[in-house]
Amino acid sequence: MAKPLVATAPFTGCFGCHMSLLDIDERILDLVELVEFDKSPINDIKTFTRPVDVGLLEGGISNDENYEQLKLFRKHCKILISVGQCAITGGVPACRNTVPLKECLEEAYLNGPTVVDGGVLPNDPDIPILLDKVYPCHEVVKIDYFLPGCPPSADTLWAALTALLTGKDVGLPYELIKYD
Amino acid sequence: MSDDYRKVVQEIVAKFGKDRKRLMDIARAVHAKTGHISEEIVGAIADALGCHRVEVRDMTSFYAFFSREPKGATTIRLCNAVVERMKGMDAVANAFEETLGIRFGETTPDGLISLEYTPCIGMSDQAPAALVNGKVLTNIRPEDVKSIVDAVRSGKLHDGGIVSVKSVESNLQQAGPVIFAPFERGAGIRKALSMSPEDVINEMNKARVRGRGGAGFPLAMKWSFCRKAEGEAHYVVCNGDEGEPGTFKDRVILTECPDLMFEGMTIAGYAVGAKQGFFYLRGEYEYLLPYLEQVLAKRRRMGLLGENVCGAEGFDFDIRIQMGAGAYICGEESALIESLEGKRGAPRDRPPFPVQKGYLDRPTSVNNVETLCCAARIMEHGAEWFSSMGTKDSTGTKLLSISGDCQAPGVYEVEYGITVEKVLEMVGATDAQAVQIGGPSGQCIAPKDFGRSICFEDLPTGGSTIIFGKDRDLLACMESFLEFFVEESCGWCAPCRAGTTFLKMQFEKLLQGRGTREDLKKLEETANTVKFMSRCGLGQTAPNPVLTTLRNFPALYEARIQPDDFIPAFDLKEALKEACSITGQKPHDVEV
Ligand SMILES: Cc1cc2nc3c(=O)[nH]c(=O)nc-3n(C[C@H](O)[C@H](O)[C@H](O)COP(=O)(O)O)c2cc1C
Ligand code: SF4
Repeated sequence: MAKPLVATAPFTGCFGCHMSLLDIDERILDLVELVEFDKSPINDIKTFTRPVDVGLLEGGISNDENYEQLKLFRKHCKILISVGQCAITGGVPACRNTVPLKECLEEAYLNGPTVVDGGVLPNDPDIPILLDKVYPCHEVVKIDYFLPGCPPSADTLWAALTALLTGKDVGLPYELIKYD
Repeated sequence: MSDDYRKVVQEIVAKFGKDRKRLMDIARAVHAKTGHISEEIVGAIADALGCHRVEVRDMTSFYAFFSREPKGATTIRLCNAVVERMKGMDAVANAFEETLGIRFGETTPDGLISLEYTPCIGMSDQAPAALVNGKVLTNIRPEDVKSIVDAVRSGKLHDGGIVSVKSVESNLQQAGPVIFAPFERGAGIRKALSMSPEDVINEMNKARVRGRGGAGFPLAMKWSFCRKAEGEAHYVVCNGDEGEPGTFKDRVILTECPDLMFEGMTIAGYAVGAKQGFFYLRGEYEYLLPYLEQVLAKRRRMGLLGENVCGAEGFDFDIRIQMGAGAYICGEESALIESLEGKRGAPRDRPPFPVQKGYLDRPTSVNNVETLCCAARIMEHGAEWFSSMGTKDSTGTKLLSISGDCQAPGVYEVEYGITVEKVLEMVGATDAQAVQIGGPSGQCIAPKDFGRSICFEDLPTGGSTIIFGKDRDLLACMESFLEFFVEESCGWCAPCRAGTTFLKMQFEKLLQGRGTREDLKKLEETANTVKFMSRCGLGQTAPNPVLTTLRNFPALYEARIQPDDFIPAFDLKEALKEACSITGQKPHDVEV
């Protein structure tokens, strides 16, 4: 049987969840035995090459590029997992949801303490356009599983992935999802 | 800051003896003078009290009636509780916006009038209603709005300057033998003083009287725990926060027979060994304060309060009224005690319970207004008389505050055990599709349950009874309840603070006809998480509007859900509009 295919996506997050995935230490060798990576910043594959079994999503959806990528992941992946607080709730980037977008942009690009010589609001046609708010992934596409944590620990990721890939129940022990 | 403010603050703080515990009164008095409590005023209060400004900010930022920014000289607070919406609040709101040329949340350019919404102010039987600088206006019609605004502008509102709008009616529809029967001042107290405190408690035990504020805790047990708990002093608190939407029975007691309640408090003081009682009155009922103070003064003159009450050597007892400032959570007993100590109304961890560590960490018995009235009557007429009424586990009578779609809304004193059917007949409600028993935190029942009876064994209630006629959009009414809990969550614990908002968002999606079967399942999961993970009664009951309608009205939900596997909760085009209008970018083609 072919190895299951895994893809990972960095949306609006801090890459901490990806770091946590690398943090499984030498078990990454076991993981590579178990799975093959398709589109992911880990291997720098930029486009889906074939149907993928599991997509791991980090970060919330804050602009139209995130949106498009998420829809792509939904199209190509059999199972999607929201990994970490930002994918699940919007996380820290969603702090901006309580401030009007205009104020956010003006503070960052016009009035902030690090702005020199006036500044302009970025409007190049090529850069992604911000959404009014940062959205959790499951408000945009159907998500199959949620792995909480900020980031979920390497052990949590390992336990979830191996359970899923070996066809076991994904129920996680309390210690792995308790955060206080 | 102008020195005037500082001076005002210093005078007020001095008037309250520089007592940090009196911060509620201080903040209320300052706010009444300055119209707001800015960061600078916070600093001035802190300086005058000699405490940290964070303590003052923490407290003043909590209550709805304290504004941080200057507001209009007059704030019109239109009540947006569910019954007001049913009775034409929207048209009244529009009339206010049109007449004043501002929206809710705004102030007129001349700085005279601000418009705001406020949750249930205890006038559901006379809806729509509004609070205008402490004065209550009821049964407002859109055509009254102009004269209200004129009266505010000309400063005549408080001299009864408007003819067309009514003030609060007592609206006692049916008096019963316990609360609203004729009453002789001091009769209950003298009887109690002829017995030992233990025997007084024992009489309550024999009467099997239970708390009327919601939880139904046996009164004798509470008093006995409190009496036995050790502490430098003991306190009695009467809970007049009455914040559950749709309830107004305490208002009627306070209008018709506050003496009975003060009598009950005094008996409680004797029973638990307290010298000091507090009556916590919700800010919305400020209009009752002068009258209640008069009643207290009269009782002092008659020797029913003060030193050696009724001539009983060594039994000193007095009562202070503590005003609230617009916070439903302050009805929760430990939050109430925090507020009484001059803090934000966040509930405490329990145990220890207030009877062990309450006000100033000393044993405190907190009881509802109606419960204490029952206690006074039990003293007067005896346990046997009391327990001959009602059912086995729910003795005596219960006050129901009835509003919504019926001919005669108002307060009814009924015997425990009455069926919902009988209640509907009594108030002239012929086409009810549902009845909300116990307010939003209670349950919404369907006609199949109208044969059930109102009592602790079957349908417990604090009294709020809202009737929904057959043409009402029941789920839209539930949405308004959810909104109430979002607003009133104290914010301490995540399941309630965030959970109530999630619940409302998920519910709205279903209501808009954009929910799937999966969404329905998620809604119920969220509701159960909030119910079981929240720290206090507010969060634990906040999902009840959802849970009880899911159980009793499943067809209403079925009718709204879509067959799709998934429907997103947001719309890309809408979500991009704002940025495009700010930066002038054009939406990209999204290819998936
Ligand atoms: C959110 C919340 C609000 C409450 N509001 C009130 C109230 O307005 N009046 C009241 O008497 N009890 C209220 N209670 C119940 C009180 O905590 C307490 O149980 C009651 O005052 C005890 O009095 P009783 O034993 O006479 O019923 C509330 C409880 C919660 C959790
Ligand atoms: S349940 Fe709600 S009201 Fe109660 S402590 Fe938690 S946040 Fe506050």
